[in-house]
Amino acid sequence: MNGVEARFKGKIGAFPLDIAFTMPPRGVTGLFGPSGCGKTTILRCIAGLTALDRSFLRVGEEVWQDAKHFLPAHKRPVGYVFQEPRLFPHLSVLDNLRYGLRRARTKTPAIALEPTIDLMGLHALLRRSPTALSGGECQRVAIGRALLAQPRLLLMDEPLSALDRDAKNEILPYLEGLSERLSIPVIYVSHDFTEIERLADHLILISRHGQVQAAGALRTLLADISLPLARMPEPAMVLTVVIEHYDAAYDLATYNVGGARFLVPGQPGAVGTSQRLRVRASDVSLIKGAPQNSSVLNILPARILAVHGTSANQMLVLLGLEGADSEARLLSSITRKSWDTLSLQIGDHVFAQIKGMALAESR
Amino acid sequence: MWPAVVLTLELASVTTAVLILVGTPLAWWLARSKSWAADVITTIVALPIVLPPTTLGFYLLVALGPYGPFASLLSLFGLRSLAFSFTGLVIGSVIYSLPFMVQPIRNAFRAIGDAPLEVAATLRASPLDAFFSIAVPLAQGGIFTGAILSFAHTIGEFGVVLMIGGDIPGKTEVLSIVLFNDVETMQWNNAYTLSACMLLFAFIVVVATTLIERRSSRRFS
Repeated sequence: MNGVEARFKGKIGAFPLDIAFTMPPRGVTGLFGPSGCGKTTILRCIAGLTALDRSFLRVGEEVWQDAKHFLPAHKRPVGYVFQEPRLFPHLSVLDNLRYGLRRARTKTPAIALEPTIDLMGLHALLRRSPTALSGGECQRVAIGRALLAQPRLLLMDEPLSALDRDAKNEILPYLEGLSERLSIPVIYVSHDFTEIERLADHLILISRHGQVQAAGALRTLLADISLPLARMPEPAMVLTVVIEHYDAAYDLATYNVGGARFLVPGQPGAVGTSQRLRVRASDVSLIKGAPQNSSVLNILPARILAVHGTSANQMLVLLGLEGADSEARLLSSITRKSWDTLSLQIGDHVFAQIKGMALAESR
Repeated sequence: MWPAVVLTLELASVTTAVLILVGTPLAWWLARSKSWAADVITTIVALPIVLPPTTLGFYLLVALGPYGPFASLLSLFGLRSLAFSFTGLVIGSVIYSLPFMVQPIRNAFRAIGDAPLEVAATLRASPLDAFFSIAVPLAQGGIFTGAILSFAHTIGEFGVVLMIGGDIPGKTEVLSIVLFNDVETMQWNNAYTLSACMLLFAFIVVVATTLIERRSSRRFS
């Protein structure tokens, strides 16, 4: 009985919500769907800020809500990061951080003040007033404040959507580090799929009508090319890679994905560490027979596992890399004309070509 | 004249203190409640603004007198009547100035919105805790404004005080009544001095409230 089990049913105004899902006890679960599909409402229901009658919520061993009980919001150990930072303007940054920590009433907090200040890079801001901070700084304080409330479940409602591109890029690394350090489940709501690809381990896909369309591990859902995810503007596969080698002479790193190897320009981090690599379907081209004398760095033998026509002129192809385990999947988007000209079939052996420079850009 | 000055300041201070304690929770409830009862209470609280002060004073005189509905309650404290007493003046002044205290505070609470209180709840603050740690500090501009207006309004009141307090020197004779008596007895010099002081005081009050509002709106914007 671990993780989270939730069912929310009811109406918010005229909008019907009927949703049931489970979440693993660790890792980031992305909640993704079009605007107005009820993502924020789901988070509010979990936090106890909105009450729908026919609902059930269990977090770990504790039932927070069922037909008879409703645990009020201030008794639910959640951390909630809102779309806007919502810092308390009459308190300093430090007092904002301490607000939830004091009320968590624990002598030995699992998430302590000093490490959190380090983690979110807040040392220089502590004495300042929230009104004197930039948008990105505010959101970092808000995340720190939510963590210090010692949550058993962290809820993040599009924490980057109100920020400009620079502020987003400033915060994303903090968030990536976060999911590895925390041993609690995180729900991350977004309508920007690139954030989900960078941060989420699991995914719950919500339809326009407020229902769960698909749920599961991120990679499994990305590989399911029949889902509407495949029709998004920029389909991609997310791989967890281990940095195997770095060649300083060519400034070239070797990544290992379940036995398959990629060469990517640039030094990504220490050898032996793992990383997320996003490979856009549009960067992967297919060729029958091994090419000779190509400038393309990565030419990998693969097998066509599935194919799906995403538009009148485009096919999305799911590839399994040869000699590697089932982790090593790629998506390739090609024109329907190419598919027909090469007379490709499911089960065919092909070579997938990815330019190293394309991988360096999308990293 | 000095006993009247002291008495007036005393009445205004006690009235303002009582109003902060009564008016702040009342304003909070009026700002947050969506029930019809809140609309009714809002109307009742606003009545003293339009009601002739003598009307209000007359009702209070009857209510607090020896044959009023509170007579048996008063007898528990060994009192026969609150009419023509300082306590009676405070009760009258509190009711008369209630809208001047409640309305600015209620508006300040409304301006805070739900967001900071929801955040406080997700940070484990009970509703009472959030009221004191978030709502009151964020509404402090409104509370200051309400306090100053009530204080000034109490100093200037005449009709209610005359009805319920009478005109007992040193006990219920406040400045506005002294002024009235001065004019009645044609002591023009006294009347000029007193009126000039009241005018200056009123001017300072208005400037002070303006400055407070400007400062608090700049602070949290």
